Amino acid sequence: MSTAYEPVIGLEIHVQLATRTKMFCGCELSFGDPPNTHTCPVCLGLPGTLPVLNARAVQFGLLIGLALGSQIAERSLFHRKNYFYPDLPKGYQISQYDVPLCSGGGLGDVRIHRVHLEEDAAKLVHVGESGRIHGSDRSVVDFNRGGTPLVEIVTEPDLTSPEQAREWLTLLRATLKRLGVSDVNMEEGSLRCDANVSVRPVGSEQLGTKTELKNMNSFRYLERGVRAEIDRQIGLLQSGEPVVQETLHFDPASERLTPLRSKEEAHDYRYFPEPDLVPLVITGEMRGLAEAELPELPAARAERFERELGLSAERARELAFRTELGDYYERALAGDGHDPVAVANWIPLLVERIGSDADLAQSKVTPEALATLAGMVIAKEVARDAAREVLTQLVAEGGDPRAIVEQRGLGSISAEDGGLAEIIERAIASDPDAAEQVRQGNMRAVGPLVGFVMKETKGRADGGEITRLIRERVGSES
Amino acid sequence: MSELIDLSAAEAAKLTRAGELDRAELFDAYRARAAADELNAFTWVAEAAPDGDGVNGSPLGGVPLAVKDLFCTEGVPSQAGSRILEGYRPPYTATVVAQLAAAGAPLLGKTNQDEFAMGSSNENSAYGPVLNPWDRTRVPGGSSGGSAAAVAAGLAPWAIGTDTGGSIRQPAALCGIVGLKPTYGACSRFGMIAFASSLDQAGPLTRDVTDAALLLRHMIGHDARDSTSLPFPGEIAEPAAEDLRGIRLGVPDELAGDGVEAGVLESFRATLALAERLGATVEPCTLPHAPHALSAYYLIAPAEASANLARYDGVRYGLRVDAPDLISMYTRTRSAGFGPEVKRRIMLGTYALSSGYYDAYYGTAQKVRTMISEDFRAAFERFDFIVTPTSPWTAFELGAKTADPLAMYLNDFCTVPMPLAGIPAISIPSGLSDGLPVGFQLAGPAFSESRLLDAAFALEQAIGFDGSAARR
Repeated sequence: MSTAYEPVIGLEIHVQLATRTKMFCGCELSFGDPPNTHTCPVCLGLPGTLPVLNARAVQFGLLIGLALGSQIAERSLFHRKNYFYPDLPKGYQISQYDVPLCSGGGLGDVRIHRVHLEEDAAKLVHVGESGRIHGSDRSVVDFNRGGTPLVEIVTEPDLTSPEQAREWLTLLRATLKRLGVSDVNMEEGSLRCDANVSVRPVGSEQLGTKTELKNMNSFRYLERGVRAEIDRQIGLLQSGEPVVQETLHFDPASERLTPLRSKEEAHDYRYFPEPDLVPLVITGEMRGLAEAELPELPAARAERFERELGLSAERARELAFRTELGDYYERALAGDGHDPVAVANWIPLLVERIGSDADLAQSKVTPEALATLAGMVIAKEVARDAAREVLTQLVAEGGDPRAIVEQRGLGSISAEDGGLAEIIERAIASDPDAAEQVRQGNMRAVGPLVGFVMKETKGRADGGEITRLIRERVGSES
Repeated sequence: MSELIDLSAAEAAKLTRAGELDRAELFDAYRARAAADELNAFTWVAEAAPDGDGVNGSPLGGVPLAVKDLFCTEGVPSQAGSRILEGYRPPYTATVVAQLAAAGAPLLGKTNQDEFAMGSSNENSAYGPVLNPWDRTRVPGGSSGGSAAAVAAGLAPWAIGTDTGGSIRQPAALCGIVGLKPTYGACSRFGMIAFASSLDQAGPLTRDVTDAALLLRHMIGHDARDSTSLPFPGEIAEPAAEDLRGIRLGVPDELAGDGVEAGVLESFRATLALAERLGATVEPCTLPHAPHALSAYYLIAPAEASANLARYDGVRYGLRVDAPDLISMYTRTRSAGFGPEVKRRIMLGTYALSSGYYDAYYGTAQKVRTMISEDFRAAFERFDFIVTPTSPWTAFELGAKTADPLAMYLNDFCTVPMPLAGIPAISIPSGLSDGLPVGFQLAGPAFSESRLLDAAFALEQAIGFDGSAARR
């Protein structure tokens, strides 16, 4: 009987801030522009140049800290992190070290360790087959990215599964997106996630040796990479081998984890306070401005959806954690008299139709149309099955649901409609055994009868209504 | 011609402003002298005054300026005395150089210096040592040795340099001119090739105190591109004090006794006597932690330098020695590009910042630095200025200390405490010892430059030092 292990996971997230200019100079940020067109003496690290801190980046850092409930340091410091690499023009990165802007806090059920400001490195392009620096024909540097403002968010090791890690990162991404501080695009690298992973015997209080997984550039890769690493570590321990502390690169194609650098090459970063910058002092005014700019965050929005609109916790999170879904939902509710739960239930159906990666705001289904359709179902103007058909047409062509119902003759057939009573008679005649069982109280037997009616009415009758009418007709005992 | 050269910069500026002296004639006269430099003071000399210069009424009157090589000057070699920046021409100009040019002091040339300002004799320059105009077998001091020698020899009317541990004041003393290190933050460091960021300050090297005040007036000010620069409270006035009545001078035992050469001490004491005759009170004071200043300095400055010099990696500019792989390229480039003193300090600084040693070295040095600041703060409660010899000795012979780095470091014994405290200090010539100039140093509280210049002016008038011998 082998020991059962549990994973312990912490995340380090780098967020490129969507400021207009770089962290320490006036160059505009850029994506996809020709290489080395957004550079100046400062971000190229030319002799004699000095950094000047971007006030907007500080403001964004404050917003993130406030959103995460962190303690904001009234006075924080920048340090130099020293190492040689061609993507680092000064030979050091300016980063916060022992006195970061934000400490503590939490998001959802994960505690935040710290949030600090720093600058991004430039981009190295390795020309040749390997795609990495070793074995490349030559390497060239694009300094456009160099000096882009970054915020690093470090969690406590509070995550216990790859799925939870992925879900939590989704919440963080939604929160950052809602704050408007970043494009949070993992594929483009404006949101980058490293994971610290260890495993320990279930019940143990002691943390196992951790490894660091670098730069998993999608939610799926994060989940798969962490899972692969957990499996690898458990495999090692079960065969009596130790886990070695190292940094690993996850290759999503092969699902293999390869060491990035060995311990022999471990850096001594020789951190010391950056003498070219003065301490970052956060005044009450700066804090007040950030607080005023703070929007409603996804977690609070989910709580409000649940409390005020009566949504289930799961549905509320589903809508609130994707800002665009929440926004669409609230636009749909803007008209009078809509049932919030009914409208909310239609949104996942719409997402399913257009695909979860598609942009809801770009779909042909306007929020008003979806709300109208939901309302028509409630008012029994259109049966549920027919309504799904209306949605299909809305997704394809857009338009007004009422017009579609009218035009295609999809309106409900109600009890008052003589035709429906006649169809129910035929249904009972077609299956007298089922009718008898319904009469005796076996409600499962009603299915085939309802199915007969639905088929005959092409889905225009309401299933519940049909069941009620059949039971009435046969004189059900229960 | 010799009459022109004997004018102080302020006098020449006054004449050009009055239309009594032609700016181009003045520029050409100095250009010719700088081009015929036999002291190796210049590493580059302008072909002609830049266009657009000579705007009538400019406060500095078109009087040409010699600029230490480590100031970046657009399109003009800025090599910081190093092989690793040989031929490097920056795409922009340092703030103080731009300010001075705008005020009417055009660039005459770039002056030789110790590599990356690391040295006290100018023998650490990749472009050869500078000779002292008072005795060409001797050093001019450093690291702003080229600027000091150029001004002393009349190859330039005035110059700017940088001071990290004494690099303006010590060469000024050894060359018999005036050198001022301003309050940290008074002058922008933008465009100054960095040695030790928390200590480096630009300042004037001039023939007299009036010139220093005039030049400094146009160097100061907050620069949005330097976060550590500060708005200067008030203006730098033209010094005019005729006496030192009411001025209290403190003489720290720690910096004005043991280890100071007899001739220097004699000149120092004579100057103190003169100060008393001008109405000053002179009393001993104590800076208990000053003897540790040199040790703290030689941890903090190399630590900062080890990071500041990391950018010279052969990737983007300057020297590159090609190699089959990245690490070898770094190693070969930096081995070939840096001189021995620079390598020594990079290693010192790297060690001081290393994991496990940081607290013991860099951390302790920072604590000592704080104590030194406290010593000065306490002293300035009782005294207006602290006075010391600028250098423990006069100009020494070329090669005399090159084999012994620690002996070389002692050059800065009296000048290092002030930059650690961020306070201003000025060196003025107090006389000759065996035919070589001696420097007298006054240090004041932060932003006391105007008062400091006034006191230095009163003393200067009383001393009546004649530096013309060096201009022959």
